[in-house]
Amino acid sequence: MLNYLWGAMIFIGILIAAFTGRLADVTNGAVSSAKEAVAVSITMLGVMSMWTGIMRIGERAGVMAAMTKRLRPFLKWLFPDVPEGHRAMDHIAANVIANFLGLGWAATPAGLMAMEELQSLNKHKDRASRAMCMFMIFNMSSLQLVSINIIAYRTQYNSANPSEIIGPGIITTLVSTAAAIAFGKLMEAIE
Amino acid sequence: MKIMAALSDMILPLVIVYILAYGYSRKINVYEEFIEGAKDGFKIVLEILPTLIGLMMAVGILRASGTLDIISNAIAPVAERIGFPKEAVPISIMRLVSSSASTGILLDIFKTCGPDSFTGRFVSVMMSCTETVFYTMSLYFMSVKITKTRYTLAGALVANIAGIAASLILCRSLWG
Repeated sequence: MLNYLWGAMIFIGILIAAFTGRLADVTNGAVSSAKEAVAVSITMLGVMSMWTGIMRIGERAGVMAAMTKRLRPFLKWLFPDVPEGHRAMDHIAANVIANFLGLGWAATPAGLMAMEELQSLNKHKDRASRAMCMFMIFNMSSLQLVSINIIAYRTQYNSANPSEIIGPGIITTLVSTAAAIAFGKLMEAIE
Repeated sequence: MKIMAALSDMILPLVIVYILAYGYSRKINVYEEFIEGAKDGFKIVLEILPTLIGLMMAVGILRASGTLDIISNAIAPVAERIGFPKEAVPISIMRLVSSSASTGILLDIFKTCGPDSFTGRFVSVMMSCTETVFYTMSLYFMSVKITKTRYTLAGALVANIAGIAASLILCRSLWG
């Protein structure tokens, strides 16, 4: 997808600049933006490493395992079609917790394994099962507790209070996730 | 509204204290693990950096050419009627398509409007409660060769639009 999107952004930009006579601005824009990406990454390096450091302690201490246990009753309600003790549930739990803690790199592999296990329970192999639909909708509703990268970006651009968006972020994430679950359950009831 | 500020101030310290305390109670060498984990942060940022350069360059071109303004202005009459900041229109669309491209636009908004402007705050909150729908869906479903995705896309869009609407309402009530 990005293969075409990226090229389209550049082509359209340059084409419009040619019409509006802003080609010199475009050159400056491209070069200064590339330079700025590095400045942003240096701030990111500090904030992100702090976060992954803290999360590593949590991982080693078994925080994720403890959270998985507490999540189980909720997941059982969310995915009634997945049999008790099936491996799909472990991968779903790992994906949800990784997303919740903002560990995107750990969330994707767990999510893909969850899909594989859900597919093994699926009767029609080309058609998404109820559990798959719910998992995907729930997953894409954003589950992240703290968007640490947004805080890092705000820091880079000299926000007076970079973390002031955490509270509103949590509330709105709850709203989007509640909407996701409500929609999924509604569709299950209709079908 | 004070509760919201308190929540924002408390969450990070609470998470850190909780995890540290948990680590000590399990007799973990917390400092060593922190250092090990911080190394992972380096790897992640280094992996993101080339993407960020590529996307910020593309967004830089869109910005300098005036394309972003053209899109914002085209939809401005509709957006402003519902109190939606027009500068946030391109990012709201891009957010559903690509995480890194929307990050590029986010940084552009921080640069042009400032992170503490209404638009800057709104896009910060909006980015926190939304997810890239199209990319995630194609990745996950393609990995198991599912072609009939039924109501997944509709559900994901409902969730993300609910998040955007909630961000707008909450930001308006917090910061006008």
